[in-house]
Amino acid sequence: MKIKKMEYFFELFLGGLTRGSIYALIALGYTMVYGIIELINFAHGEIYMIGSFTALIVASVLTLKGFNQISILILASLAAIIYSGAYGYTLEKIAYKPLRHAQRLSPLISAIGMSIFLQNYVLLAQTSDFLPFPNLIPEFEFWEPYSHIIGSPQLVIILVTIIIMVLLTILIKYTKIGKAMRATAQDKNMAMLVGVNINHVISITFIIGSVLAAVGGVLIASHIGMINFYIGFIAGIKAFTAAVLGGIGSIPGAVIGALILGWTESFATGYVSSDYEDVFAFALLVFILIFKPAGILGHSDAQKV
Amino acid sequence: MLRGYGKNLALLVIAVFFFYGNLFAGDTIKFGISGAHSGDLASYGQPTVKAAELVIKDINSKGGILGRQVQIITQDDACKPEVATNAATKLVTEGVHVVLGHICSGATKSALGIYKDAKIVAMSPSATNPPLTQSGDYPNFFRTIASDDAQAKLEVEFAINKLEVKKIAVLHDKGDYGKGLAEFAKDFIEKSGKAKVVLYEGITPNAVDYSAIVQKVKQSDADALIYGGYHPEASKLIMQMRKKKMKTIFISDDGVKDNTFIKVAGKFAEGVYATGPKDTSKNPLAIAAIEAHKKNYKSEPGAFFLNAYAATLALLNAIEKAGAIDYEKITKALRTEFVETPLGKIKFDEKGDAIGVGFSMYQVKNGVYVEIK
Repeated sequence: MKIKKMEYFFELFLGGLTRGSIYALIALGYTMVYGIIELINFAHGEIYMIGSFTALIVASVLTLKGFNQISILILASLAAIIYSGAYGYTLEKIAYKPLRHAQRLSPLISAIGMSIFLQNYVLLAQTSDFLPFPNLIPEFEFWEPYSHIIGSPQLVIILVTIIIMVLLTILIKYTKIGKAMRATAQDKNMAMLVGVNINHVISITFIIGSVLAAVGGVLIASHIGMINFYIGFIAGIKAFTAAVLGGIGSIPGAVIGALILGWTESFATGYVSSDYEDVFAFALLVFILIFKPAGILGHSDAQKV
Repeated sequence: MLRGYGKNLALLVIAVFFFYGNLFAGDTIKFGISGAHSGDLASYGQPTVKAAELVIKDINSKGGILGRQVQIITQDDACKPEVATNAATKLVTEGVHVVLGHICSGATKSALGIYKDAKIVAMSPSATNPPLTQSGDYPNFFRTIASDDAQAKLEVEFAINKLEVKKIAVLHDKGDYGKGLAEFAKDFIEKSGKAKVVLYEGITPNAVDYSAIVQKVKQSDADALIYGGYHPEASKLIMQMRKKKMKTIFISDDGVKDNTFIKVAGKFAEGVYATGPKDTSKNPLAIAAIEAHKKNYKSEPGAFFLNAYAATLALLNAIEKAGAIDYEKITKALRTEFVETPLGKIKFDEKGDAIGVGFSMYQVKNGVYVEIK
């Protein structure tokens, strides 16, 4: 009986880890953009949704042409990355750049507007129905004995999240563009004075954020097995919560916040009741923000004037 | 004196406009349709519009009802209660005479009060929440589908007597429809004394992952899972359960008896049980209605098509039998006059439920729902 209890705990732990990694993949994009230009990019969830639609379209065509699973996964992800990256870049140029010097609320409203626009655009251009999403992630044979505890898609999601977090940290800490990003985040005017092309830096930030969303879109849709135009909004809200919990603007913070959120939901469902899943998640958010108002790893800098 | 004339003239002008307006409004019978025409659940609402279009096109070409043409006015409620009140108010303002709708139970409930105050008959082809009729609060409401307690009863009896399961987990999506159904199922299981409810919980709709609740079902050792809710969550649940190699029997409702469920869940949908309206494929009117749909829209009809077809026929028949657009006479005609529909010969009881309409159990076999006799 005790072993069964341990196993149950472990399964809930892994379930929470998967869920947390899903939130983390999307939360990373929110937190990066916020870190650089202090804008909550509400349309980020829609970029994720567009990524999964692109992957679905490409994957369907390639399946008809008889490609094998691995090449479909790679090509579909590549298409999703390029497409979403282009959307992210354009989004910034159209909706945020003209408002960079406006008061803080204007780009926020613009972001909400873009989110609604993109949702409805996909609704009209594609369909309102749920579409089946093929399982692009293969079931690894060596993983077969453990697949009843955690499937290959979940494993891939967790691993990819860790890899992306490490790569992003390296990019920001040790590369030239990372240095430029940090400079832009600290003080835009000073960065310009020392020769940083901040337009360039902001565009690259949006492209990286969108690429992450696209990767998330492909992996998560493979795991869930279905998509529709509304998935970005739902996932976006939870991911945003995770980013705030971890301290918005901080990259490890987004991952930690997402994992805590995932585990809270999973354990609350497992040991209490799934009726109160969201109640526990948001009660925790309130509790943490009371003691750490800037989130777990956030810095509470004095407001720039 | 002149001022007197002026006043009379003004009154005359107003009177002319008034009567003219009335004459104009009297030209057609305004047939309101409301339901989910967009959004997640549009596949439930759109077939109703098509059914009404087919019936009304046919009737209009034969000269209409009471010598008047029937005009369709649609309003989208996206299955959301807060939108449904707006849709209902809009229909009432546009002066509709009867309403076909709404589609989802929650939306129907929030709209009914508005129709009741305006003395407009509303008939839903799909809202199955029991209190809508059984509470007696809405004498203006009728439906051409049986209520959820009938569905829950069938699900439980099937599970206990046919499948002989002993431990049943009951889940729902916390919505009016799903939760209502799950509560009935739980009560029926407990009353039967032959099986035990080992888990009773609501899940969060639209979540990205249901692995925790699936683990919990596994932990509860349930032989069967009864789910009250709609197909998007049901397909996520069934996929995650089957991927975890769980063989738990999955029984659900007519919110899941939708082809989108099979399309999305694919091979994982095989063997799933779901209750749905009785098979009417042998009814000549039903065959004709489906043929007409195929001819006009080049596709197979969707969910609740026949119920909506029957509801349209019943409403228009009642207006004709009533002889006038009069609330009292129409409701009386609905309760007394039988009408031939694709669902069979129906009329309505005092509470507004159709007599002669029921549910059967279906199972997914080779990618289609097959009725179990």
